[in-house]
Amino acid sequence: MAFIELKDVSYKYPYTKDYALQHVTCSFEKGKFYGIIGENGGGKTTLCNVIRGLIPHFYLGKLEGDVLVEGKDIRDWDTADLCSKIGFVFQNPFTQISGIKPTVFEEVAIGLENLGVPKQEMLERVTNVCEQLDIGHLIKNNPNELSGGQRQRVAFASIIAMDTETLVIDEPTSQLDPEGTESVFNIINTLKHSNKTIILVEHKIDLIAEFCDEVLVMENGTVVCSGLTKEILSQRSLMDHNAAIPEVAKFGHAMADAGKPLAEIPVTMEEALKLVKERSAR
Amino acid sequence: MAIEIKNASFRYPNGFVALENINLTIHEGEKVAIVGQNGAGKTTCVKMMNGLNRPFEGDVIIDGVNTKDVTVATTARKVGYVFQNPDEQIFNNTARAEIEFMPRYYKLDEKEVKERVDYAVKICDIEKYMDINPYEIPYPIRKFVAIAAVIASRPKYIVLDEPTAGQDLHGTRTLANMVDQLTKDGITVITITHDMEFAVQNFDRVIAMAHKNIIKDGTAQDIFWDDQILADARIKKPAMGELAKQLGMDGRILFCDELVGRL
Repeated sequence: MAFIELKDVSYKYPYTKDYALQHVTCSFEKGKFYGIIGENGGGKTTLCNVIRGLIPHFYLGKLEGDVLVEGKDIRDWDTADLCSKIGFVFQNPFTQISGIKPTVFEEVAIGLENLGVPKQEMLERVTNVCEQLDIGHLIKNNPNELSGGQRQRVAFASIIAMDTETLVIDEPTSQLDPEGTESVFNIINTLKHSNKTIILVEHKIDLIAEFCDEVLVMENGTVVCSGLTKEILSQRSLMDHNAAIPEVAKFGHAMADAGKPLAEIPVTMEEALKLVKERSAR
Repeated sequence: MAIEIKNASFRYPNGFVALENINLTIHEGEKVAIVGQNGAGKTTCVKMMNGLNRPFEGDVIIDGVNTKDVTVATTARKVGYVFQNPDEQIFNNTARAEIEFMPRYYKLDEKEVKERVDYAVKICDIEKYMDINPYEIPYPIRKFVAIAAVIASRPKYIVLDEPTAGQDLHGTRTLANMVDQLTKDGITVITITHDMEFAVQNFDRVIAMAHKNIIKDGTAQDIFWDDQILADARIKKPAMGELAKQLGMDGRILFCDELVGRL
C-alpha cells in the first residue's frame, strides 16, 4: 500500500488568484527514494507542503481532493503525530533554524527535546548525527553565525536526528559546493539504505539520475510525468517542460542524431560508459 | 583597459587572511569563470575588484585607477558586483524601483533611465515581476532582479556570484544568453560558479582557486584536463570530459559534439 497518496489534489494559497497545484494524483511507497524536479514556481515546494501537512494545517487556502498518509486523511492527522512520521528539511535553512538555541548542539536536539526523548538517547543521537554530517567541530558554535552551507547541514542534522520514517527534503544543496553537495547526497543515500522513504526536490539532475528510484516532473502546478528514473530522465521532451536532463542523456540523443545510436539512452555516467563500450565492440 | 590585481593580499578585520599574494589581469571583453571550493577566496577576490574589499598589501587597478585612491562608489561604477544572495542587495519596494535606482542616482534623464531599465529587464526576462515587492518574488527570480539592478547601472565589468544556484532550465538558459549578450554589448562578464557545465559552456577563460590563491588560470581545457588542479580545487570534470577520460580518449574533449564526432 502506498504510504502517501494524493488523489486529484488542487490547492490555492490564501489571497492568490491561481492554483499552485492542479489535479495532482500521485503516490509514494515506503522505502523508495523519489526525486521531484521541474521549473521554479511549478509547484514542487507546494507539493512538499501538502505531503508534510503544512497544507492545510499551517497554510490556509483552499485544498481540494484527498491527501492520505497511511490511509488516513491529512486533515484528520494530529500535526505532532505527523511530525514524528515525516521529517521536513526546508529549502532555506534560515527559515528552519529556530534562532532560539545558542548552540548547534541544542539546535540539532530541538526536535528530540520536543518529542520527550530520554536525555541519554538524545545526547547519543545528536552526537552521532553531528559526526555523520561533519558538523561535530561546530556543536558549540552559534547557529546564526555559520555560513550558508554550514547552516544547511545543521538544518539537515536536526531533522535526521528525529529519525522519522519519511523525509521530505527541499533543495538541500542550493548553498553547497560540489563536494558538499555530494556529501549530502551520500547521507541521503545512507538513509535510503536504512529503509527510509525519501522525497527530494532538487535541480542537480545528474545526482537525481544517480540516486533516485523514481522521478516526478512538475510544471505549472501539475505532474507532467512520473515513473522510473531512467524512463523519465532519458526523454528529451522533458526540456520542453522546462526540466533539465542529464548531460549523458543529451549525449545519447546527440549520438542517435548523428546516426551512431547507442543501444539505449543513458542517464548516468556508468551507463554511458558501458553503452559506448558495447557500441565500439559491435 | 583591464582589471589588474597585483601582489594583493587580503585580511579580514578579525585577522583571518583570505587571500595571499594574488596576481590576475582581466582584459575588457573576456569571459571569465572563477571556480573552486567554498572558502577558497573566490568571493573575497571579486569583492576586491569592485572596491568593497581593499587589499592590505598590493594593488587593485581598474582601467588604470588604483582602488586605494578612489571611493568604493567610484570603483563600483566600473565594476558591478551581484551578490550571491540577492537579499543582501535588494532594498526597494518594487523590482522596478530597485532596477531604476542606480540610473536615477546617476541623475540620468527619463529616456536614458527607461532605455537602461528596459535593456536590463529584457536580458533578465523579468517583465512580469516589475511591480511586485521583490520579497514576494520567488528566490531564483529575485536573483534576476538583483542582476538587472546591476546591469541597469551599466558597469564596464560585471561580476555574477553563483548565478546558477537554484535556477531551473529556463533560468540557466537565460543566464547563458545573458553572458553572450552582455559580452556583445561590450560588458566584460566575470562569474563565480560551482556549476562546471555552466562554466565550460559559456566562458573562455577559467580560473581555479584553492587555499587563498589562484592555482591555475587558462582555457577550460587547461583547467578541466589537469587532474591535479581538479583535486586541489575540489572540482569535477564536466560530464563529457569525464566520459572521454574514462574511455581513454585523447584530445582534451569537453563538449558533446566533439565527443560524438570522435566516436
